[in-house]
Amino acid sequence: MATNEEILVKIQEVLANALGVDNEEVTPSATLVGDLGAESIDFLDIVFNLEKEFDIKIKRGELFPENLAAEGDGLAIDGVVTEDGLAKLRERLPHADVDAFAVDPKVENIQDLFTIDMLVKFVAAKNAPTTKSCPLGHECAVNASNCPQCGHQFA
Amino acid sequence: MDREHSSEFSAHGPGGTAGSTSARPDSKRYGKPMRWIWIDRFEELNRGTSARAIKNVTLAEDHLHDHFPGFPVMPASLMLEGMAQTGGILLGDLHDFEHIVILAKVPKVTYHSWAVPGDTLVYDAKLLDERAEGGTVEVIATVGERLVAEAEIIFVHLDDKDPQLGGIDQKNFVFSMNLMGVMEVGRATAAKPETDKTGDE
Repeated sequence: MATNEEILVKIQEVLANALGVDNEEVTPSATLVGDLGAESIDFLDIVFNLEKEFDIKIKRGELFPENLAAEGDGLAIDGVVTEDGLAKLRERLPHADVDAFAVDPKVENIQDLFTIDMLVKFVAAKNAPTTKSCPLGHECAVNASNCPQCGHQFA
Repeated sequence: MDREHSSEFSAHGPGGTAGSTSARPDSKRYGKPMRWIWIDRFEELNRGTSARAIKNVTLAEDHLHDHFPGFPVMPASLMLEGMAQTGGILLGDLHDFEHIVILAKVPKVTYHSWAVPGDTLVYDAKLLDERAEGGTVEVIATVGERLVAEAEIIFVHLDDKDPQLGGIDQKNFVFSMNLMGVMEVGRATAAKPETDKTGDE
């Protein structure tokens, strides 16, 4: 399984091609929109290329959800994301640094949640194994404490 | 153009109001939209896999006299448009043309050669990727065995109910303005001769 550093190197390559930036600009803290100049149409290009590069499938809205905090749905009031909105962001963007965003939770800052670090964590989670084997070779869920077939207790 | 026509046209501008339903110029009043068809005939469609269309370059096209005087060549941008129309139909067909297909991005395009009057450009499109949000195609343009251009094109799907579209009429986009008619051109050539039909009756 690739380490986060290895994932970062590949993501640097993907973004350099998709956004026409230098690899060195693609640092973990760089934001896609603010720092690297990505536009909404680039997101689809990035998704296509991440799928190809890492051999993963990314569902619609899984990496770049749409309408994250529209006014009128209680998630944002007067251009500021509410507590409910923050909870929703944590749920929909589990790899983003929502705590840092919560310091100044303006709707216009939501795009800053899309960082390279978020992409690395997203890909790492996608690549993480979902099953593990007990000593008898049974396939068990990665978070299982016991093998459901032979009862083996995982440490 | 009558006087009322003229004053409204200048007040709104011909294209500056796109996106606003209420202020959108009325095509009935301002005449037909410019034809924007940069393929002549659809030759082949393998659903979800590949498509081939052709474009005959001819001196009857006005723009070739300006591009360039004394050296007429098919403008690269219009070649790209033809490649996009070929790929756009390939992608649109996959969803029975339910979505509005819009050219979003051209990540790669390389021109190797040019096409001059008398040449037939063949656009071969291959579907690289397809998903709910859009798709990617790779298109190669050739004249005979000569490689003229190659491009990768990303399209996005929009739906006419999408609030971001602001009620823009799908007729303004890819699959209208008679573009789909190019698919019929090929069928017309394969139609039964009139004499046969008479014989059947």
